[in-house]
Amino acid sequence: MGDINTAMTEQYRNDFLKEVEANVEEGQWVKMCMQCGVCSGSCPLGPAWEHPPQEIFMMIRAGRRDEVLKSESMWMCTSCYNCIVRCPRELPITHIMHGLANYAHRLGLAPKMNPTRRFAKMFWKNLTKSGRVNEIELSVGLYFMDGFKTGVARAWAMKDIGLGMLKTRRLNPFGFVTHKGCKDKKGIQKMLKKAQEIEDRRKGFAA
Amino acid sequence: MADMKIGAYVCQGCGLGERLDTKALTLVAQKEGKAQVVREHEFLCNSQGVAMIQQDIDEGVNRVVIGACSRRAKAEAFSFENVAVARVNLREQVIWSQPATEEARELTQEMAADYMRMGCAEAKKVVAPTPNPEHGTNRRLLVVGGGITGMTAALEASRAGYDVLLVEKTGVLGGFMGKLHKRVPYREPFADPQVTGVEDLAAMVTKDPRITVFLNSTTTRTSGAPGRFSVDITTESGQTKTENIGAIVMASGFTPYDATKLPEFGYGKSPNIVDQAGLEALARAAAAKGEPMRRPSDGKDIKSVAFIQCAGQRDATGTHLKYCSGHCCNTSIKQAMYFKEQNPDIDTAIIYTDLRTPGNGEDFYRSAQRKGVIFTKGKVASVDVGASGPATVHFHDLILDDKAATMKDVDLVVLATGQVPNSGINIDIPAGAEDIDGAKPTEQAVSVLNLTYRQGPDVPQLRYGFTDSHFICFPYETRRTGIYTAGPVRRPMDIAQAVEDATGAALKAIQAVENAGLGRAAHPRSGDLSYPTFRREGCTQCKRCTVECPFGAIDEDEQRYPQFNEGRCRRCGTCMGACPVRVISFENYSVDSVGSQIKAVDVPDEFSEKPRILLLACENDAYPALDMAGVSGHTSSAFIRTIPVRCLGSVNMIWITDALNSGYDGVMLMGCRHGDEYQCHFVKGSELANYRMSKIDDTLKNLNLEKDRVRVLEVAIADIARVPELINEYAAKIQEIGMSPFKGF
Repeated sequence: MGDINTAMTEQYRNDFLKEVEANVEEGQWVKMCMQCGVCSGSCPLGPAWEHPPQEIFMMIRAGRRDEVLKSESMWMCTSCYNCIVRCPRELPITHIMHGLANYAHRLGLAPKMNPTRRFAKMFWKNLTKSGRVNEIELSVGLYFMDGFKTGVARAWAMKDIGLGMLKTRRLNPFGFVTHKGCKDKKGIQKMLKKAQEIEDRRKGFAA
Repeated sequence: MADMKIGAYVCQGCGLGERLDTKALTLVAQKEGKAQVVREHEFLCNSQGVAMIQQDIDEGVNRVVIGACSRRAKAEAFSFENVAVARVNLREQVIWSQPATEEARELTQEMAADYMRMGCAEAKKVVAPTPNPEHGTNRRLLVVGGGITGMTAALEASRAGYDVLLVEKTGVLGGFMGKLHKRVPYREPFADPQVTGVEDLAAMVTKDPRITVFLNSTTTRTSGAPGRFSVDITTESGQTKTENIGAIVMASGFTPYDATKLPEFGYGKSPNIVDQAGLEALARAAAAKGEPMRRPSDGKDIKSVAFIQCAGQRDATGTHLKYCSGHCCNTSIKQAMYFKEQNPDIDTAIIYTDLRTPGNGEDFYRSAQRKGVIFTKGKVASVDVGASGPATVHFHDLILDDKAATMKDVDLVVLATGQVPNSGINIDIPAGAEDIDGAKPTEQAVSVLNLTYRQGPDVPQLRYGFTDSHFICFPYETRRTGIYTAGPVRRPMDIAQAVEDATGAALKAIQAVENAGLGRAAHPRSGDLSYPTFRREGCTQCKRCTVECPFGAIDEDEQRYPQFNEGRCRRCGTCMGACPVRVISFENYSVDSVGSQIKAVDVPDEFSEKPRILLLACENDAYPALDMAGVSGHTSSAFIRTIPVRCLGSVNMIWITDALNSGYDGVMLMGCRHGDEYQCHFVKGSELANYRMSKIDDTLKNLNLEKDRVRVLEVAIADIARVPELINEYAAKIQEIGMSPFKGF
């Protein structure tokens, strides 16, 4: 993985674009962007992004590998699909953003402390452990992600909602111990492992 | 026509009978208009009504006054052979422009009576025009230029059954298209460059029995008029042949903008910097050898190519071309594909500010993206080059807003320079002067047609050196009747557009020879038989008509009198408006025919509170707008008296002074927009009218009249609601300044 991580790209050459095409989900669409900017204008979180999708596509074509892969921008995507609906060139922009985030993460270039990345990891771990999400564990984990003090504050702020959910039996407070997971945990894990192997081989991450 | 016998007819249909006292109108025509025959009819335009008029004509009536609808309606029903017809617009501009109330009845009737008087006055002064005896009947076409435009025009004309002479300056047919490796696709799926097919086309032209090709030849003298042009065709070796032809299609094409004017992009410093034409040459040379294109400086493999769009184009600073040449984005896409075809791993980047792909170019653009051509929105600042080897392109990346963006190790840089029209000499600029647009496309220009016209040897230009034409209403018409420009000499364009253009121009040329053969006018008074004549004894040789004719129709004879070339005339009457001694007239339109209408109006005295406002309205736009205002139910002042004029350019100042002297309280002129975005059908007519009217203030001062007594307005055909507003506004203004002191003199 070391080689790919430090791959040198020259500006405005096609190397990085080709890398994205080969490794990023739906990456082959990046070259079809015509820079109209409708995606950036449609994004409800647009102003919060350092580089809106239009810019990300241009940066890929400009060979700015590090800047793209280390960016927080694509992690901001909430999958609202506004951009996909509106793109005149019919680019699957949402999927490309997730693809880029995933690729950056796999390379280890994604920003370490990005909350979306951390939550995604937590979710994946939680899910794959038992084959079914353990809600209480996941939400407590999310609240206390940044330490005990902030965790208590977050939980306190959400207490009314939490109590309401308890009352209507939408939250099982004993989930830590009673969570059962799915029937064939081992089977699920094996399946996921195999899928991972296939993907790694295809994208050149094979150990 | 020795005995003048006027027949006046008043229609009672379309509500005229209810709103007007038609009996009284016939009496006006009889007593004041001196009509010998007067009749009312309940439905004048039906076969019975028309038959009634025809019977009177058969019995000796030779001037017909029809008080019915606008001259723009029922033209076919009311066209009678060999008699002059005056149409009195009682419907659209009297009853429909006035409120249908009892109070308005008196003024409406007065208006109708005045128009009847005017109609009778006009009828006395006009005769039915007969064709010009000087007309030419040659139906052969001359096409100047053997490129795609010229070849297409020749083939299209030939297919329509017309003989064509095709003159080409070089030794081979094909023009710029012949220098291309491939062309932008013109067929589904618009994905890849296509072969030009120029050789096949040239072979078709050469083989065509109706087309005679003159290679290595130029047109060294062109004289005459539509239907009877005489052209000297001179070969490079100096042999001259004189040919007679009917009409001309000028397809002299373009020259690429001189890239040596772009040193900042390194042109001339290294063979690795080429313009689009240069790249076509490289591609052709490589294809001829069956080899891939290589770096020109050292023959090494090409790994990276950059295309710089708008190089020396769309330049706001005025140093280079100001306009977009339209084809270059598609051309660069095509050229980038040459490299992708050669080797998909060659990096090709197109640096553009605005990508514009006309026609089916959007599909072509997508195809290029699929092939991996990279499009970068940016503005190139400079290109650094060594004497050989790769270049570095410095540019401002407009998406990433990176002012210091660089593209290194670029093996080949292609500059998309624009099209400069080969339109010959700019006759509006004195020799040696700078072009107002700063683009100086006329530098060292050589005449294309070498016209012997008094106004200059080439077709007039409008902007940026392109030949003058109205891009929407009459694109191929130039200001030289019978000469039609097509292709990039008319406006920047690509091959597909040039083909369309050539077809259109060929058709217009055919129309011109056919009209000329019958002694009729070309566009826009197509089919008009009248033509200008002048009274030689009265002429003072002031030359205003020869200078101001928008179509260069008037030359000078040996005695320096104006010499009309009727075939070149578009019948606008600008010469008639210009003539200070009023010796120019048409059989059915003259200073007198309009002047008598003005004088025929009954001008009430100063104390009547009934002002009279004369409105001279352009028949092409303003008059139809007035008609349509009536149709749409817009009412306007009853004090207006409208006379349609062929063009504001035909308005002679005497009409204005006569009107004011005879007690009119105001004069309005409605014509088309002038200037660069002109809408005048005669190009310069409204402009000249405006210029002349700008001098009216002195006249008004001499008469001791207010400035507002004369008002010139620009009106478009769609100003249906605006026109009555303008009239009412002006009527209110006249009310405000009071009645003219000239009444009753």
